[in-house]
Amino acid sequence: MYFGLSEEQSFFQDNVRKYLEEHATIDNIKHIASGDEKNLSAEINQGLHNLGINGLLIPEEFGGLGLDLLFAAVVSEVLGGSVGPTPFIAPYVMAPTAIKHAGSKTQQENYLSKIATNEYRFGVGFSEFIGKRNDAGISFSDNTLNGRAMFVLDANDATHLLLADEKGQIFVIDTKSANIEIVQLTTVDKTRQYAEVICKNLEAELLENSSDSVEPIIQAIDAGRIMLAADSLGASQTMIDKAVDYAKERKQFGRAIGSFQAVKHMCAEMAADLEPCYALVWHAAHCHDHSPDEARLMACHTKAHVSEMSKGIAKKATEVHGGMGFTDLLGLHYWFKRIGLNRQILGSPELVREEAYKTQV
Amino acid sequence: MDLEYGPEYQDFTQEVQSFCKKYEGLSFTDGSNNPLGSSGGSGGPKMSRSEWQKILIENGYFARSVPKEYGGYGGEADILRSRIIAAEFSKSKTPGAMGGQGIDMLVPTLLEMGTEEQKQAYIKPTLHGEMIWCQGYSEPNAGSDLASLQTKGELVGDEWVINGQKIWTSTAQYSQMCFCLVRTEPDAPKHAGISYLLIPMDTPGIEIRPLVDMTLKAGFNEVFFTDVKIPVGNIVGKRGEGWAVANATLGHERGSLAPPDATMNRVNMLMHLMKEETLDGKPLIEHPIYRDRLMQIQGKVLAQQSHALRLLSAKLNPGADVKIGKMIQKLTGTELRHELEGLAIDVMGEIGTLYEDSPHLKNDGTWQFIYMYFLGLIIGGGTSQIQKNIIAERGLGMPKEPKVEGA
Repeated sequence: MYFGLSEEQSFFQDNVRKYLEEHATIDNIKHIASGDEKNLSAEINQGLHNLGINGLLIPEEFGGLGLDLLFAAVVSEVLGGSVGPTPFIAPYVMAPTAIKHAGSKTQQENYLSKIATNEYRFGVGFSEFIGKRNDAGISFSDNTLNGRAMFVLDANDATHLLLADEKGQIFVIDTKSANIEIVQLTTVDKTRQYAEVICKNLEAELLENSSDSVEPIIQAIDAGRIMLAADSLGASQTMIDKAVDYAKERKQFGRAIGSFQAVKHMCAEMAADLEPCYALVWHAAHCHDHSPDEARLMACHTKAHVSEMSKGIAKKATEVHGGMGFTDLLGLHYWFKRIGLNRQILGSPELVREEAYKTQV
Repeated sequence: MDLEYGPEYQDFTQEVQSFCKKYEGLSFTDGSNNPLGSSGGSGGPKMSRSEWQKILIENGYFARSVPKEYGGYGGEADILRSRIIAAEFSKSKTPGAMGGQGIDMLVPTLLEMGTEEQKQAYIKPTLHGEMIWCQGYSEPNAGSDLASLQTKGELVGDEWVINGQKIWTSTAQYSQMCFCLVRTEPDAPKHAGISYLLIPMDTPGIEIRPLVDMTLKAGFNEVFFTDVKIPVGNIVGKRGEGWAVANATLGHERGSLAPPDATMNRVNMLMHLMKEETLDGKPLIEHPIYRDRLMQIQGKVLAQQSHALRLLSAKLNPGADVKIGKMIQKLTGTELRHELEGLAIDVMGEIGTLYEDSPHLKNDGTWQFIYMYFLGLIIGGGTSQIQKNIIAERGLGMPKEPKVEGA
């Protein structure tokens, strides 16, 4: 019996972490967020591609590494830890998972092998299947799509998009098509990109096995949720580390503020809240591939629970920093906002918990 | 990740299952007069608790790693086997071994630090349930600051003469013996002035007064010592080393006070209750506000269950860093259980306040009882606030409060 990361998983995670520590520095994050360094994000993306992150989940027959979701989770964790400003969850986790489950053999060959080589980069817009806001939503007839998809992940420099309708049918779209309009959305989190996609008689290819089963889209959403939880886990750990370091250094009333129980207890609470989240994320990722009966419930609860814990940590860690925590100068807010965004994407805690309940009825 | 125990443990599971089958419905002839175990079932074999305890030891289901010469099974400790035993006994409602502070705390202490004579004298009857112990640590003025305890032990001739008061002493009224922290070196610094003494509870000068807690059960006692005389040899370790002796047993504490599997059983019980009970004609579970609160707690308990697997794995595969992971158990486990029991009261509303033998009581009133009982556990054994100090100072390396002079 062994519950934890394998040597290979830890090794892979360390490689990605080291790369990000060197390249996704807080100065670089600030440049990327302010939009004055367009190439930096692409450089980091290329560096991570060289480490092999795009082929993680793609079967070996299509040129990938054929690894399980726990590998992706440990990558997502370090991306959150460094507020990594690079697409990962949509192009390299959700898209391969969706295509693996929903694509015909031909579609798998067409797309998966090109994701592995980074020739195709997918954005993913499944929000309307989870919860349709206002008049959003797309409909499919005569091989064309009409309507709007909101909060399409990583759509920016995507070559293709996967969009879903309310029934869970999944469509492949070429972003170079004429009848597509991609509108950038500005969220609080400037380290990642979201868009609204408007389709007017847009030519689309249905992933065949999604026409009569919601299983493929659910698999992709579960995987995406576990990745968002892992991202928040990493971001929260960074916030705790920074808060603890600051509390040891900052002096008021003649002593380190970390020696006051009011501050010390906030730090202890953050650590106590976060520590079980490691096991939860690993367990959910493991169940996704190896224990299908528990997978759904674990994915839903992991997304909701880690989101709740992270929200509290984001607030407390900022408070430990006092006024400095509130400044742009320190940059702590990048993690605060990343956690805030992760919480809402692919289902806010209340929505996801409701799904968790429905799996038990 | 490998969540399987392996084939040899499958065989062991079957062995335990057939053992449980053999003793199905076991009941005890001394059912009501022993507070340290369940009272058993009905329709099966009858025996005394002590006889049952011996059967468990003979089969290696209890005291597995205690040497044979001291009354144990004399095998290797095996964490997975212990888990299987616990799980199968729980599933089949087979009564487990008696626990209590003698078995959980004193026996490991003696094994590690006792003299040969003490091991011979005390371990076997304790394991067999024939000698019950109570723990004399806390005092009215020594709670979180335990090391400031003032119960005095003076060496007069070849006897210790003990004067003072202990509090929160559970099972004192049933106990034959007390392992007790006593200040024997009044001039030494506070941690260095304490000795670990073994006191027979029938010694003249000991008075026990029951202490009723908020659940209205007398779960604790106050114990008063007036010129209590015990032999000089009733000491574990040397004079003034009692603090270290007591701390050596902390590592032996049996898991956490609120194991997440037990908490998950209560979550499932609550979900069942919410399907049965109605509000305005609708089952409680169909009221989204209550349902969401239940799901929040279920998520928290799942996290703790996964965390427990990680800690189990760290015991089996040394080298994993779970320092903070272990420190948070008491805090998070007791707080979560209290929260869960409180949620059950909330969803029942007025009915949730019913207690004792009231009409309309649900689940024998256990929700209110455990809700209060766990507030006791949140406070006892190191309060939640003390736990946070430990996590922050020893786990996160944060600075201690400046010392107050004279404290």
